[in-house]
Amino acid sequence: MKKFRSMLIAVILTMSLVLTACGASGGAASGGSSSGGTIKVGVVNNPPSESGYREANVKDMEAVFSAANGYELKTAYSLKNDEQLQAAQGFITEGVDYLLISAAETTGWDEVLKKAQEAGIKVYLFDRMIDVDESLYEAAVVSDMAKEGETAVKWLLDQNLDAYNVIHIQGAMGSDAQIGRTGALDEQFASGKMTKIVQQTATWDEAEAKKIVESVINSGEDFNVIYAENDGMAKGAVAALDEAGITHGVDGKVIVMGFDCNKWALRELLAGAWNYDGQCSPFQAQIISDLIKGVTTNSSKKIINEEKGFDAKTITQSDIDTYGLGE
Amino acid sequence: MKNGTKKTFSAGLGQLTIPIIAICLLVIFNLIRDPGFFSIGIMHNNDGNIVLAGNLISIINGASELAVLAIGMTLVTAACGGQDISVGAAAAIAGSVFVKVLKSVPSISGGTVLLAFLSACVVAMLFGCFNGTLVAVFHIQPMIATLILYTCGRSIAYWINGGATPTVDSPILSGIGSFIPGIPIPTPVLIVIALALLFKLLFHFTSLELLTQSVGINGSAARLNGINATFIRLLSFILLGVCVSVAGTIGVSRLGLINHETLLLDVEMDAILAVAIGGNNLGGGKFKIGGSIIGAYVIQMLTITLYAMKVSSTDVKAYKAIVIILLVVIGSPVVKARFEKWVAQFRTPKLKASTKGAE
Repeated sequence: MKKFRSMLIAVILTMSLVLTACGASGGAASGGSSSGGTIKVGVVNNPPSESGYREANVKDMEAVFSAANGYELKTAYSLKNDEQLQAAQGFITEGVDYLLISAAETTGWDEVLKKAQEAGIKVYLFDRMIDVDESLYEAAVVSDMAKEGETAVKWLLDQNLDAYNVIHIQGAMGSDAQIGRTGALDEQFASGKMTKIVQQTATWDEAEAKKIVESVINSGEDFNVIYAENDGMAKGAVAALDEAGITHGVDGKVIVMGFDCNKWALRELLAGAWNYDGQCSPFQAQIISDLIKGVTTNSSKKIINEEKGFDAKTITQSDIDTYGLGE
Repeated sequence: MKNGTKKTFSAGLGQLTIPIIAICLLVIFNLIRDPGFFSIGIMHNNDGNIVLAGNLISIINGASELAVLAIGMTLVTAACGGQDISVGAAAAIAGSVFVKVLKSVPSISGGTVLLAFLSACVVAMLFGCFNGTLVAVFHIQPMIATLILYTCGRSIAYWINGGATPTVDSPILSGIGSFIPGIPIPTPVLIVIALALLFKLLFHFTSLELLTQSVGINGSAARLNGINATFIRLLSFILLGVCVSVAGTIGVSRLGLINHETLLLDVEMDAILAVAIGGNNLGGGKFKIGGSIIGAYVIQMLTITLYAMKVSSTDVKAYKAIVIILLVVIGSPVVKARFEKWVAQFRTPKLKASTKGAE
């Protein structure tokens, strides 16, 4: 009943907005079908300097929501939740048609999203979820970090090795990516299918990863898989292998696995020096654009972005060009 | 006569006592734990070169950047009575400049690598100048002055290359960061030796060591004696800048990749520790660069030992802290004074006894 009433209010408000809207702003609620005018999109995101992932994410947004595609893009970047909230508030006042949010924190967004709803602005969440009622946003396009780990571990199991002696190099403990990428492998360690030679965090530090692998090599223990939770750490691990004269990659003794799909890492794959690279996809813009323009519709509010994993045996140059991050 | 030589011996070792004892203890501990710990193997790496490998090589190789930074940090500490906490961030900037130059040339040759290094060196020296001016001219406490670059340094490094992790690939770089074909010793180790020798020569042919010490012990007195204290302090920061660019270059060359967020992360704390373990007075004045270099190897040996014991790397820092607290406390003047008193007390009754015996 309460929901119905709030919906009714929202409908009335939007209608009044449509009626009072003056030419230039072109129908706040009509969005996709705005005649002649462009679709105004406000994006609240983390700054591109946060990571390679974010840089690709920001570039993707800029590419998809371009003037050529009929959009007018406004962006605000901050790592701080309160600054993001202010920016979102600003976009609502300015009168955008759609608000896209990747929040710094999951809490504190109720009020702003309610205001957006009252103003008839449709909200899409991307990359990160927010702790609010589902009715406050149209859809959330997010990554499932645990699935990423599962995809990678499933690939590893499909290699049908006689034994799995794994060096597991973790990212910064407690980060989403680390938890997701560690989970599936921990299950295998627990079930006894894979043997944990060493499990250490290098906190995303390439040089630290090299030291960890070096210490295993120096101890003389046998291993045949390196599972590094990002590309940089995989590169550090490979440097240690190279110095010790241990072969790796497609025809090598040690299987090398990385994550993030940087272009340079995918080129290592193409050259056969590494075996697998998994990705937490930063490309949500096209999915959201399709939803806005009504090309696709979503059955549930939560849309899991498809995660890619590349095998050195099947990767092609066009994969690198399409999916690789950076340069 | 015999007494005299004994005194000079103990005084000569004096400052180096603690770091040398620490290194001996670590060696003994490791030998008991695993007699083969220090064994050095000869093997072929994937490029087909004959190289040395083993924990000992890992230790002296891995400590290279730290040792280089410790050299510069010792000078700054001695001249200014404070530490530069921005070396990690500055190294990230130097490394980024190095990569930027290499990426902007069509092909990487020996000349372009040298050009890239010199550019990185100039940039690092400029940032050293900035820190040095704040400290020497404006008399801001070194830790506060360098806090500025510590905070913004990695953002500046980001601006140079943009996000992600740019890579550069060249046999020359792997020659710098790993092995030169035909030489079985890791190149970073050779760089440390070369740099230490360079400083040794600098001290030998100039009076920089004496001037630095006098400025560090009493700046006003030094100035009254005609020493340009401002210049000496500024110079110490510029020389640290050179060390920073060398460390940054080694760091980048090791993997052919720059990650501005993690390159030499937290190294400033280790560098200061190396200076402290080396028995140098953190309040400035007398210093021994050799002590700091040994300090750097102590820290690295500790890390590698803990890794070899499969201590989780999240716990490594805690264990390191415990050992370092012990080292620093043992090396503190209070403990030293107590110890000397105790030795003196122990000696006097013995002396009395012997004189009694003679009677």
